[in-house]
Amino acid sequence: MGGHVLAIGAKAMMTRDGLQALIEALLSRGYRLIGPRLGEGAIVYDDIGGIADLPAGWTDRQEAGSYRLERRADAAFFGYAVGPQSWKRFLHPPVERLWQARREGDELAILPIEIETPKFAFLGVRGCELRAIQIQDRVFTGGSQVDVAYGARRRGNFIVAVNCGTAGGTCFCVSMASGPKAKGGFDLALTELIEGGAHEFLVEIGSATGADLFAGIPQRTASGDDIAAAEAVVARTAREMGRTLDNTGIKELLQGNPNHPRWDTVASRCLTCANCTMVCPTCFCTTVEDGSDLAGATAARVRKWDSCFTLDFSFVHGGPVRSEPRARYRQWMTHKLANWIDQFGKSGCVGCGRCITWCPVGIDITEEVAAIRANARTAGTPEKGGA
Amino acid sequence: MAPARRPRLAVWKFASCDGCQLSLLDCEDDILALAEVVEIASFPEASSAMSKGPYDISLVEGSVTTPHDAMRIKKVRRQSRHLVTIGACATAGGIQALRNFADVDDFIAAVYATSRYIKTLATSTPISAHVPVDYELHGCPIDKTQLIEVISAFLAGRKPAIPNQSVCIECKQRGTVCVMVARGTPCLGPVTHAGCGAICPSFRRGCYGCFGPMARPNTTALAREWRLLGASETDIQRVYRTFNAATEPFKTESEAHGD
Repeated sequence: MGGHVLAIGAKAMMTRDGLQALIEALLSRGYRLIGPRLGEGAIVYDDIGGIADLPAGWTDRQEAGSYRLERRADAAFFGYAVGPQSWKRFLHPPVERLWQARREGDELAILPIEIETPKFAFLGVRGCELRAIQIQDRVFTGGSQVDVAYGARRRGNFIVAVNCGTAGGTCFCVSMASGPKAKGGFDLALTELIEGGAHEFLVEIGSATGADLFAGIPQRTASGDDIAAAEAVVARTAREMGRTLDNTGIKELLQGNPNHPRWDTVASRCLTCANCTMVCPTCFCTTVEDGSDLAGATAARVRKWDSCFTLDFSFVHGGPVRSEPRARYRQWMTHKLANWIDQFGKSGCVGCGRCITWCPVGIDITEEVAAIRANARTAGTPEKGGA
Repeated sequence: MAPARRPRLAVWKFASCDGCQLSLLDCEDDILALAEVVEIASFPEASSAMSKGPYDISLVEGSVTTPHDAMRIKKVRRQSRHLVTIGACATAGGIQALRNFADVDDFIAAVYATSRYIKTLATSTPISAHVPVDYELHGCPIDKTQLIEVISAFLAGRKPAIPNQSVCIECKQRGTVCVMVARGTPCLGPVTHAGCGAICPSFRRGCYGCFGPMARPNTTALAREWRLLGASETDIQRVYRTFNAATEPFKTESEAHGD
């Protein structure tokens, strides 16, 4: 019982008390533990001190433009889909100071910035969210210019993934091949098993750090039946996806249809409010704001989340490049699903469904793709682009 | 070397409730810092010691509702190097622009025993309808942090860092769960100019648009969604007709709804 370090890929069983022990072990190692809890009418990601903080017995009912909390028949801790905001807000915070300076006589003194790099442990990261974190790793640390603060936060990051036991109404991770099972990028992965009176977790070891931590947690050997039960949970979730997205030739489809009439249809509904980009776990765009104080003694540059839906985003001398809403929606969707492949080698969409749920008017990216596909120009006959 | 002359600041009131001027007085520590870097040359709400122009920065509160004020704003403009409007009245005409949708003589007849001494205009209009304006601050009232930012920016000769995007972005930055999606509460956030820090949704209320329209809002699409959430046509007309009633596209959208 404990002490034995399992190999990466090994599986074991843990009880509810084991989950409490896991949380305590993470906290005692100095992690700031973020996980699911009830807040503001939703299951949000926030600081967790023990299993009592988890949303036991709650689920979320998600549809296009609608999210409601509901009671479950059981006491599952992870019996919901995904929260309103992703882990992005911890790894890539909405507001971050880049540099500051102070006037000293006729000189400008650049002051050091303390990079905030809390040692985060995340509890309850889903397959789609792991993929999203991997995508942002590529964006922020995979190129020639590395985001130092992001990299530092990721290096100390401990991830407890959860294989989904519940599909949300707007989920389509199966279409994007990112879930519902966590496929790497985690330290530990849990599958919650509730059957009869038992409430246990199948734990899969994902890293040496995970193996080391889990060695101190009460556990038992996983049987063939336990492993089969966990696989059945994931298989059932995969069958219950709320949405599907046909990715066949999607790069050519979207890049080849910049003047499709559907862009006008969606623009008539689109609020250009930017909610979809804010909740998207892979959208990474930012703006910088320069500020100075009243006395002109100090100045600072602050980086903030930005969105391709704002007019300021594409504002250059003379005006915004993408002044029409159709151009802004097209930019977002075409970048996410098509140009992202050119830029980073794979799709920027992970199928979490947040952009569908949290759009105040319920615009559905899967429905938009289907509508363009239904009446598309044939791939290979490029048409002239336009705003 | 003689110390540089401090820029001179003036604060003016037109048709308004004084709340935006109070936001300046409410700046606490910052107002001491402000008094060190500018000469507060004329601010009748704060001090009876008023000195004559010209002024480097004029902050103008209130809308133009009388022939006298229509003349007075021109004098203010002539004496001011930079003119910044503060708040929904000066920037958009204010709540008093509801008169623009009715006959002002009916109001006069309802309120006063005689109209003999009343000289008023048929409409309430923003300052920009009368004179060129260098910068417009939104809000009813304005946000004091934005006010300090605008003054700091003008003193430094830089552009104020005041985005014209939706309130939704502020909700997401602060981590507020969307009241419209998670509670079905009608909210004007998706069409409203950011700047307040998304106060109302953080108290689980819908935004009521006191900062006025953001850049190119889709007021029609949001109105459709409000109907689905149970708002009546009258509700929609009224919500687009508050402190920014005279501003497009809130004005036109309000005219498309009603009884």
